[in-house]
Amino acid sequence: MSNSHRTASGGRIDRTRSVTFTFNGKSYQGCAGDTLASALLANGVHLVARSFKYHRPRGILSAGSEEPSALIQLERGGHTEPNLRATQIELYEGLSAASQNAWPNVNFDVGAVNGLLSKIFVAGFYYKTFMHPQSLWMKLYEPLIRHAAGLGKAPKEPDPDRYDKMHVHCDVLVVGAGPAGLTAALAAARTGARVILADEQNELGGSLLTSGETVDGLPAASWIAKIEAELAACPEIRVLRRTTAAGYYDHNHLTLTERRTDHLPRGAAPHLSRQRLWNVRAKRVVLATGGHERPLVFADNDRPGIMLAGAVRTYVNRYGVTPGKRAVLLTNNDSAYAAALDMQAAGIAIAAIVDVRTAVNGPLAAKARAAGITVLENRAVVATEGGKRLTSVDVMPLAADGGGVVGMARTSIACDLLAMSGGWNPAVHLYSQSTGKLRYDEAAACFVPHKATQALHCAGTCNGRFALPDCLAEGVAAGTEAAREAGFTADAPLPVPRAEADAEEPLRPLWVVPSTQLVGRGSGKHFVDFQNDVTAADVLLASREGYQSVEHLKRYTTMGMGTDQGKTSNVNALAILAQSLSAPIPQVGTTTFRPPYTPVVFGALAGRDVGELADPARVTPMHRWHVENGAVFEDVGQWKRPWYFPRAGESMHDAVNRECRAVRNGVGVLDASTLGKIDIQGPDAAILLNRMYTNAWSKLDVGRCRYGVMCKEEGMVIDDGVTTRLGPNHFLMTTTTSNAAKVLDWLEEYLQTEWPDLRVHLTSVTEHWSTASIAGPKARDVVAALAPDLDLSADAFPFMAMKEAVVAGVPARIFRISFTGELSYEINVPAYHGLRLWTEIMKAGAPHGVTPYGTETMHVLRAEKGYIIVGQETDGTVTPQDLGMDWIVSKQKADFVGKRSFTRQDTSRADRKQLVGLLTQDPTMVLPEGAQITAQAGGTVPIPMLGYVTSSYWSETMGRSIALALIAGGSRMIGQTVHAPLADKNVACAVVKPVFYDPEGVRLHG
Amino acid sequence: MLLIHCPWCGPRDEIEFAYGGEAHRVRPADPSALSDAEWADFLFLRANPKGVHRERWVHAHGCRRWFNVERHTVTHEILRVYPPGAAAEPDAAVAEAQPPQASQQGVRS
Amino acid sequence: MSNYSIVSLIRNAFSHHEHWGRAWRDPAPKPAYDVVIIGGGGHGLATAYYLAKEHGITNVAVLEKGWLGGGNTGRNTTILRSNYLWDESAALYEKSLQLYEGLSQDLNYNTMVSQRGVLNLAHNLHDVRESVRRVNALRLNGIDSEWLTREQVKEFCPAINIAPDVRYPIMGGTLQRRGGTARHDAVAWGFARAASARGVDIIQNCEVTGLRRVGGKVVGVETSRGYIQAGKVGVVAAGHSSVVAGMADLRLPLESHPLQALVSEPIKPVLDCVVMSNAVHVYVSQSDKGELVIGAGIDSYNSYAQRGSFHVIEHQIGPLLELFPIFSRLRLLRHWAGIVDTCPDASPIISKTPVENLFINCGWGTGGFKATPGSGWVFAHTIARNEPHVLNAPFSLDRFTSGYLIDEHGAAAVAH
Repeated sequence: MSNSHRTASGGRIDRTRSVTFTFNGKSYQGCAGDTLASALLANGVHLVARSFKYHRPRGILSAGSEEPSALIQLERGGHTEPNLRATQIELYEGLSAASQNAWPNVNFDVGAVNGLLSKIFVAGFYYKTFMHPQSLWMKLYEPLIRHAAGLGKAPKEPDPDRYDKMHVHCDVLVVGAGPAGLTAALAAARTGARVILADEQNELGGSLLTSGETVDGLPAASWIAKIEAELAACPEIRVLRRTTAAGYYDHNHLTLTERRTDHLPRGAAPHLSRQRLWNVRAKRVVLATGGHERPLVFADNDRPGIMLAGAVRTYVNRYGVTPGKRAVLLTNNDSAYAAALDMQAAGIAIAAIVDVRTAVNGPLAAKARAAGITVLENRAVVATEGGKRLTSVDVMPLAADGGGVVGMARTSIACDLLAMSGGWNPAVHLYSQSTGKLRYDEAAACFVPHKATQALHCAGTCNGRFALPDCLAEGVAAGTEAAREAGFTADAPLPVPRAEADAEEPLRPLWVVPSTQLVGRGSGKHFVDFQNDVTAADVLLASREGYQSVEHLKRYTTMGMGTDQGKTSNVNALAILAQSLSAPIPQVGTTTFRPPYTPVVFGALAGRDVGELADPARVTPMHRWHVENGAVFEDVGQWKRPWYFPRAGESMHDAVNRECRAVRNGVGVLDASTLGKIDIQGPDAAILLNRMYTNAWSKLDVGRCRYGVMCKEEGMVIDDGVTTRLGPNHFLMTTTTSNAAKVLDWLEEYLQTEWPDLRVHLTSVTEHWSTASIAGPKARDVVAALAPDLDLSADAFPFMAMKEAVVAGVPARIFRISFTGELSYEINVPAYHGLRLWTEIMKAGAPHGVTPYGTETMHVLRAEKGYIIVGQETDGTVTPQDLGMDWIVSKQKADFVGKRSFTRQDTSRADRKQLVGLLTQDPTMVLPEGAQITAQAGGTVPIPMLGYVTSSYWSETMGRSIALALIAGGSRMIGQTVHAPLADKNVACAVVKPVFYDPEGVRLHG
Repeated sequence: MLLIHCPWCGPRDEIEFAYGGEAHRVRPADPSALSDAEWADFLFLRANPKGVHRERWVHAHGCRRWFNVERHTVTHEILRVYPPGAAAEPDAAVAEAQPPQASQQGVRS
Repeated sequence: MSNYSIVSLIRNAFSHHEHWGRAWRDPAPKPAYDVVIIGGGGHGLATAYYLAKEHGITNVAVLEKGWLGGGNTGRNTTILRSNYLWDESAALYEKSLQLYEGLSQDLNYNTMVSQRGVLNLAHNLHDVRESVRRVNALRLNGIDSEWLTREQVKEFCPAINIAPDVRYPIMGGTLQRRGGTARHDAVAWGFARAASARGVDIIQNCEVTGLRRVGGKVVGVETSRGYIQAGKVGVVAAGHSSVVAGMADLRLPLESHPLQALVSEPIKPVLDCVVMSNAVHVYVSQSDKGELVIGAGIDSYNSYAQRGSFHVIEHQIGPLLELFPIFSRLRLLRHWAGIVDTCPDASPIISKTPVENLFINCGWGTGGFKATPGSGWVFAHTIARNEPHVLNAPFSLDRFTSGYLIDEHGAAAVAH
């Protein structure tokens, strides 16, 4: 395998394993162990992207998750993903990637014309224009903006992968497996504590993979391997590679996202979930998240070939890649010198180290000089050249205060690589998410953790300690202490590993590199946020216009709002803002660090809660029969209920009419198992019912049933149902299907928190019983066949009574209650006998033409009787009185839930919306449910509305349409004509009482 | 996600619980004796402090029992958990109360 | 105040944009104002603007304890619509939507009002019934609204999955074409700039610490920047309304909760309207910047922390992917929370108070952004005239005693 920019040896890649991939349609070779970025650089490819706004050519800035520029679209079809950072994509055989936000291609991008208008396209320009003519905003201006915005493209196909989740507890969670994290994890794990070590990279080691420093006398790689082995030997350790700690929430709850198959060819591991979201509750957390190098802000600092110095060092040392042949370094601190030495050792010619500091005399500088590297002190790069690749940089001497340059003479240095270092920021993102407070460290010119608010320790670079010996020592201390706080100590504490580091000289902050022209005046652009094309001039403009809060700055310029969330730009931006305000940096402060640390795939957040598992589907024991017999189902809450049972060739209308006729004239059967059932037991059970229902319960006889309505304290109906007294201290309450759980919670709350003195126990038995409701004039015949020993005569078993009997060989409770207005028996059997009961009913009922019916027929039949459905005739604003149910509101009881509210001014108005029946003048016209009702036909809007249609059906029984409605003052409007103005016509209706069929109730008593 | 100590089951994730709003509100013994305004107070007015809040939770997906919690509405620190019926500490005591030990709460005081 | 236009942009380009003035003045607080507005969010700034514009009251200060628009104005999902069920709400929100329709021109600040349509999906028969009820009520109230069949939903929003075999298939939806989104920060900044130009003092980093009363009347406010005398005080403090009202011993029927939201990474246009679903609990749109903007649910507990519990975010995504399976490989970029002040009936309070000269505008819960201009417009009227406008008269504090609630829980089953 040969790459134009690959070193002969060294690094963590496997030169023997060549990997073929394509980028922008062209085939390349990389090595196992490469990232897409390192493989591209190894092939001499720097131009990988176009910027968001100006479409400037962009290369690879970093070597990690902070990358703002090298965003690519990975793969095609269902596997495609936008906006991935090339620096984090592990190379796999057959990988296919493409540049995004460029047309027709990244080499020639028409969008670059925006650069010509960049003098107008300054921060927030769109707030100042595109307002006239108003009509063009939606037609022209906004479509242009939307078309231009966005980066990559969404897939067009569903996701072929699957995701899962883990929920775990641990004693110590260590985030980051660099020198501090490794030692912290080992120190903690040796105590026997349950430790999780998570790192976003494919291998442990963190910065040691880049620096290759010596620890305990071992080369970095050997030392890492030794620690890994020691960790593996600990009893309670879990090491998660390729796992990013994404969020840090209250009470030490953290989320980790583990990428399990992304490093493999697509589809190579179908048995694995692609990613896994870990929800971790840790007793203690050690944050060893390292840091991010800052770019320097100088004119045209964004050309391909301009990279962070530490990243160049990573490519050289870890990936065996030389990103250039001839390099200049620009720095304000010593770390770039180590990079320069490693770069030189790898064969990159170092043209010069340009250092903005006035004099540099530390040991690192001495080593560089000794290696023959030219160090240009008190100078800076003030301009760069090169279209799609850097060709040279201009260097000028700095004025004493750094605020300007000296003279006009520039020295041009030819180079194809500029490695820059503006100092380092501790990666305090998770720490800040945890609500920990930051402090500004003047010497290191960065924000460091100050006062933690959660049970955590910061260690190493994350804590503002940049030297290796400090990182190792802090790691040991943090891991030991975290374990101790969690209750664990080691018999043999971990000694601090030995390492050495050169003393470093102080950094010199230079937030904007000056030039011969003021920032914003020349043609050069000083980029602060590479992803969103925010320049130093934009920051100054925002400040000038009064957007001086750092949050205003962010929102006005979009600085830090890209997919990198400003990891490389935020501190530079706020420092430039502070400078413009002549305010100290800590006074300006940081923007809020919002989770996640790096973006998280939605699929992983959803986990298995998609498709069939999106929400559980509840079915009754008779469900299989319904399916086999062609039922069409309706979703009622989580339940699947048969809506109707069409026969071959029948429309829904036909089927429902047939089912209605069967119940009214013969016999039908309904699966009523979904109704909520609550078993209520205890000496005070009746008292509880008295307090919760509007009517009285004390005198209900054993074996008798009663209908009840429940209100909230505000007096509005929330549920209804029949409750039966099974014994002196034993009731069975039924609720509506949807409210079963809510009503149980509601009762429990009152019982436990208001009336703990009541001796009552509540148990949900909804799923313990299967219920078949047999209704119709021939219902008695069917039940008689099923329960031959039961006396079904009206005297022995009257309406609103309950009997226990053996039905179809199964012990059952039979309730003679009716929701259809017909003679009706609801047979309850233990749930696992439900299907048997159902099939026996069908068998026994066959001679009588027993007809299964669904919820639609149930709705029609109950509407004919004027029975309400909670949630249809009620919407949370309806009292029992509004429903014409004064009869169920006890006048005798001193109190029940809701009673007090009935006498309030609004609740006692006579013109409240009240339940009425409506008969359309045209009996064939079925009003749409939800039609509004007005007093007059026609008129101009707004037209006052009296109310609306709650239920409306074709009544096969009545041979005409019927409707129920809530109408203002409706109870006094019986006989009057009202109107339903529909979109296409007006429908006149007569107001009638809301009972259409058998108002005397003869049939159900029969 | 909060970590809540159910007095009966121990520390559990918030998703096992349901929130019940302000604690120590007692339903009036005789609502009919109240004016509309007093009744409205019971129905709708709830403590909404920026600071320590005494509130009710129910271990809905556990033992299904209600209990009271003192929690800070800015830091979300849980200062105390106690059974229903137990008296609230006087306000002054709450103001001076130290957060519980970190080992209990997973929160450094 | 210099005019904003393409001409001024080009002119300023020649001077390197070095001559733009402040968008709004930054005055020191004066010792006294006719009206002090507490709260520099969209509603407070709109109130000040309309006090000046509609009522000629310009000796006004807006006090903001942090930065303008830093509360819910800058944290919401920017949805605009007026398709409310009850007449009172429909009229109020429609007034607001109408003001939004000319807002950029009125303020000379592009608030990016984008009327790309708001689609509310129906997934079961109950949804359908309620949707039809709403469409009919809106039509009779003169507000645009239409019912779309399942196929029409797909036509209007091609990215959506209308397959019948999903857990909760789409049965249709209502569409308000005039609904859409706006650029939330720009609304705050635009009102601030326009109010400032009319003489309103906008004072940031000025926290109100007390309300001074004499004989039951409010006469001024104590602040972190000193005492400020005030003829009238309007409290527009959203999640902190209870705290500020408490300074005048006024208790409000409010609870403050975190409400969370999230955005995806920016992608090329894929969703050209706002989609909301009560049953599946989703609301999502795509911003002009390309991010999918997604609202999550409200956290159950009272809180003044601008953060919620992560499971709320997690549980938001399954439903999203049910509606939009093609979003599965997109990524969550940021999530955050605001503090919303919720009322028992999910409707706001825009009202005089029992304390003379103290006015309150609060309780917008999860849906206040869409009301911003209308809220300011009626609140300005209420403060200026000492009596509510007919539009906000129903939204008084008394309603909790009379029982005349405006229960929009059905409307707000999805926070938005």
